[in-house]
Amino acid sequence: MSKSSEQPKISNLNDLLAVAYQIENDAVERYKVLADQMDAHNNTELVKIFRDLARAEEIHGEEIRRLAGDFDVVSHARQIARFGRVGSPEEAEIDDAHYLMTPWHALQLSLAGEERALAYFTRIVETAKDPRVKALAEELVEEEAEHVNLVHRLLRRYPKPSESWADDPDPPASQE
Amino acid sequence: MSGPTTRHACKPGDYKSELKPIWCPGCGDYHVLMSFTRAFAQLGLPSENIAVVSGIGCSSRIPAYTNCYGFHGVHGRSLALAAGLKVTRPDLTVIVASGDGDGYSIGGNHFLHACRRNIDMTYVVMDNRIYGMTKGQPSPTTEPEFDTALTPGGTGVAPFHPLVVALASGANFIARCFSGAPNETADILAEAIRHPGFSFVEVLSPCVTFRPDEKDWKEMVRPASVPETSDQGKAARRLMTDDGFNIGILYRGHRPPLQPAIGGAGVELSELEKDFEL
Repeated sequence: MSKSSEQPKISNLNDLLAVAYQIENDAVERYKVLADQMDAHNNTELVKIFRDLARAEEIHGEEIRRLAGDFDVVSHARQIARFGRVGSPEEAEIDDAHYLMTPWHALQLSLAGEERALAYFTRIVETAKDPRVKALAEELVEEEAEHVNLVHRLLRRYPKPSESWADDPDPPASQE
Repeated sequence: MSGPTTRHACKPGDYKSELKPIWCPGCGDYHVLMSFTRAFAQLGLPSENIAVVSGIGCSSRIPAYTNCYGFHGVHGRSLALAAGLKVTRPDLTVIVASGDGDGYSIGGNHFLHACRRNIDMTYVVMDNRIYGMTKGQPSPTTEPEFDTALTPGGTGVAPFHPLVVALASGANFIARCFSGAPNETADILAEAIRHPGFSFVEVLSPCVTFRPDEKDWKEMVRPASVPETSDQGKAARRLMTDDGFNIGILYRGHRPPLQPAIGGAGVELSELEKDFEL
């Protein structure tokens, strides 16, 4: 489905702060959902990873709130930061979750989210007319690029699992 | 939509219960739950003014995951329960949740008459074309060529067309959504709730366990190429030729909702019960 046209309109610095905050907040919520899914299926290693990822995004959101000073970035985000059909850039793809997924899979989801966020802020740098918006977007690009690098570093610790990672001796799909 | 006239400032998370969903990871129903809470927040509805009624099946677990009033009812009977609730408590916003087995097979007859009666409520059917909870039997919307150990060589039975049936039976609002686009689904749900009368929203919600092929739906769905219509004839032609992947509001009718008077005859329940005393 075409998803390209729906993005929040960023006219000034406060809009960008609100959108950046919302992007982090959406990522937090998504990681929490994924952690709960893994909890329900007793995949404890993944519960911890998704909760850690949620906490990391939460810290980024708090940093943006601090950066916004007295401006109520949370309320403004609720008003303008709607991504429509496109979805929030940093949200992990929930439909790629699997009850036997491994840390490598979790980090792949995270990497894809960070790369989408990086591309999103890069587009703002390229199109922004307001120099203050452009300057903040450049900072955000730097941060997202660092997050992409961080996930790549983490992936060194968790190599790609074997092709049989989803094999289950007692599978739920009894029809096969 | 009946109920509150004042909007409450709520976040989607405010409508979630403490209970964690036990759907399979990757299930489309997680997205539907997100869409419910986002739609409620968008409308600013107080959770105590919402009732979510369901039948049986994976999708019907959804009331427990909201902090609204909920009723996890009998298989296929969610619409009957919800109709009774809405008639006696018109102040509530009533949402009915179902799946393609619960809603179109076991509850198929209730579906026809709920459309016909046009009571002001919103019926959301999470369609994954399979009975997931009972491990993969074909449902009324399963394709005839669905070939498994339970249906060797396919079912050979033409699928049910819920949107066509809804239109022919009198539903006042008909839409189709895709679970993988939760913001868009939330917007359509909010519209369905706002619209007076019986609103029917089919949500394509993949079953990743028994229908992994449905992961492809993400690439198959598309926004409906023609705008919504209030003309039943146009809607019928469109829905009859629809391939099942057009997303959006497809029909918006203007029939006044049915709201029978309650207690108008002045008869107390205790008086009625006297006739049945042994």
